[in-house]
Amino acid sequence: MNRVIQKFATFAAAAGLAISAGAALADYPDRPISVTVSYGAGGATDFQARIVTMMAAKEDKQGNGIYLNGQPIVIVNRPGAGGQVGWNKFVKQAKPNGYELAAYNVPHFIAQSIVFPKKVKYNIDNLEPIANWGADPAVLIVNKDSPFNSLQDFIEYAKANPGKLTLSGAGLYVGHHIASLQLDKAAGIKTKYVPSGGGVKAMQFVLGGQTMAGFNNLSDAYRNRDRLKILAVADLTRNDFLPDAPTFKELGVDVDDSSVNFRGIMAPAGTPEPVISTLAEKVPSMFQDKKVVAKMKDGGSPMRVMTRDQVQKMWKERQAYLTDLLKDLRQNK
Amino acid sequence: MEFIHYFGDVFTPVNFLILVLGTIGGLLLGATPGLSPTMAVALLIPFTFQMEPASSLIMLGAVYTATVAGGAVSGILVNIPGAPANIATVMDGYPMAKQGRATEALHYCFISSLIGGVFGVMLLIFFTPPLAELALRFGPAELFWISIFGVTIIASIGGGSVIKGLIAGAVGLWLSTIGYNPVLGTERFVFSEHLAGGIHVIAALIGLFAIPEVLALVGASGTARGKVTYAKWSNHSVWKSIGYNLRRIKALVVGSVVGAVVGVIPGAGGQIAGLIAYDQTKKLSKDPAKFGKGEPDGVITAESANNAMVGPSLVPLLTLGIPGSPTAAVLLGGLLINGLFPGPDLFTVHGQVTWTFIDSLLVGQILMMIFGLMIARYSVFVTRIPKHMMAAAVIVLAIFGTYSVQNSVSDVIVMLVLGVGMYFASRIGFSPAPLVLGLILGQLTETNFLQGRLIAGDDPWGYFFAGPINKIVIALCILSIAYAIYGERKQIRKRRQQQQVTA
Repeated sequence: MNRVIQKFATFAAAAGLAISAGAALADYPDRPISVTVSYGAGGATDFQARIVTMMAAKEDKQGNGIYLNGQPIVIVNRPGAGGQVGWNKFVKQAKPNGYELAAYNVPHFIAQSIVFPKKVKYNIDNLEPIANWGADPAVLIVNKDSPFNSLQDFIEYAKANPGKLTLSGAGLYVGHHIASLQLDKAAGIKTKYVPSGGGVKAMQFVLGGQTMAGFNNLSDAYRNRDRLKILAVADLTRNDFLPDAPTFKELGVDVDDSSVNFRGIMAPAGTPEPVISTLAEKVPSMFQDKKVVAKMKDGGSPMRVMTRDQVQKMWKERQAYLTDLLKDLRQNK
Repeated sequence: MEFIHYFGDVFTPVNFLILVLGTIGGLLLGATPGLSPTMAVALLIPFTFQMEPASSLIMLGAVYTATVAGGAVSGILVNIPGAPANIATVMDGYPMAKQGRATEALHYCFISSLIGGVFGVMLLIFFTPPLAELALRFGPAELFWISIFGVTIIASIGGGSVIKGLIAGAVGLWLSTIGYNPVLGTERFVFSEHLAGGIHVIAALIGLFAIPEVLALVGASGTARGKVTYAKWSNHSVWKSIGYNLRRIKALVVGSVVGAVVGVIPGAGGQIAGLIAYDQTKKLSKDPAKFGKGEPDGVITAESANNAMVGPSLVPLLTLGIPGSPTAAVLLGGLLINGLFPGPDLFTVHGQVTWTFIDSLLVGQILMMIFGLMIARYSVFVTRIPKHMMAAAVIVLAIFGTYSVQNSVSDVIVMLVLGVGMYFASRIGFSPAPLVLGLILGQLTETNFLQGRLIAGDDPWGYFFAGPINKIVIALCILSIAYAIYGERKQIRKRRQQQQVTA
């Protein structure tokens, strides 16, 4: 019901804004901001987006807004087709006025824009990053009872049995899929990637022995660490949650951090520069609010706050790398 | 017996108030078409940010329990199941309401929900470790056969003709292929941009059930212009209902057991628990022909099944972090936000919170029945609403409910198109239930088949037919089909004999 009330509030505010359009930029934001999440309510992206935006309306003792003039952020879920429905709609319909923002998942949206150049309408050129809040590396996991005790065992088996080693992951063209493609390439092996309906399902395949191994989110692997063996982390450095798990690079396999699942907030291209710079300045400090940091830690969600400049650089690097990695998978549909 | 120690924590003033409000709120949310249990729980999670861990879980648990039962109210009174879990309830609940037995149907619904619900939570309390092991054994092959088992019951829930049930089921299966395939990454049948996200089950459910009802109401009010028409309604004593309900042991046992089993299986969810239980009760009944025409057993078995599902669906969630139903998946977020990671720690280190939560589920079931029976008394006011006003109210609810699922106008368009199509189909004897079941099962069957095929590699036969669970479920599929044929032939013979007698 809350969402409905806020919707009405947004409508009412929109009517008011149309009248006083000229004065809008000076005191941006003067009404609630919506953030579209392209995944369903309750999933990891939705869950984290709600936490990192929960302090948006915070005010100091004098009643002045600390982050966004005291305006709240409303999460709108628009799931479907692995995120494509929500993001397509966002670039086509969102007004570039600073009141309609969206959450991004890298490498998902960049990989989709490369693999499906015809039906996917978004790419790094028609979206403007604001700030990044989280980074969840992919980790290679096997069941506790698995014969594989190390990455070495895993690779040896894959070499002896090409195309036989089954590997679960959250879906197609998400971080886990990218990591499996990178591993195949770096180790000169051929594994069989099984996309499942989300990270939880992929974890179930490993726990239940349906697949021999899996790539999964570091945060989920951390929670289930008693039932798993964690062979390697697809990142440049070890993670604080799992300090004992080595990176692929340490083990001599050239898999970098290209599969790390970055989450953050973006605006449609064409949003006025003053609005973007206001957001780029305020949003990172909102992500670092003490309460947000504490809740994210409680939820086992690794944070990595990055500013607009850093995200722009990261997007460009991913674009270049993924274009090369995925060139064989490109579909002209 | 550890759980008994924590009942005190449920009855602290704050927790009990939250439990009462959550239950009432859940019943009302559940009764609103489109506001499914999954969505109700998702919407409430932000409100738990400021609460104590135990209180927030009590609220989410109460809402989960109550919305599942509340979805039956709109189903029985206006033929719109509040959620997919309530489809089976509608098949006999709505005919009962049309005969003026709405109150009675609602009584059975809440009494059976309590019985099924308590059974489910008891399983959660006493059998969590073995059930968790069982849950892990369900991989793509097992889930594929379970969905095939679901397909075998499509024809028998159609109400009337088997052929029409099968046709509707096939159309439902086809509708499920529209959109993006998550395993292959391909798009199918996307003729219009509105179909890019596929057909959402809730949108289809509302359209197929509500719109034909609205059009029928409009038609009926046209012929009775000027007259205010009341539906029939007669009161029914609560005690009489309880007495009758408790004597329907077969329907209750089948419902509770099927609900509990389906609840444990990750990914199957409550959407099909009610329908499978309904089908089994119908097949075991001495007079299957009565089903679909206002047979109380249909309501009893369906509602005990969908509430029995709640407790077991939490087993894999609490022990392994694997949710047994879509709603349990959202509940996982509620656990994590409180720093409660699923696993053995939940019952030891965080034992107080976990056991208080489980106890609150038990108390919540009882509150749900009490408030539900109170609501049942007021059902008379719904039946007294003039038909043209009813039609207007239902269409508003249908559009509002569909839009709110994913804030999508496309869903509303899909809902209206399917609904109008269903109106014409229903005039030539098709019913919506097999269509929705086809839609739900299509996604389940296909995804699991494709995943299983990938895992199986060169040996699909060895993969899909190996293991005890696969063999048991395959045997059930064969039995189900064989019995359907046998039952149908018996019916035909009976009809012939009756014709000969009358001739």
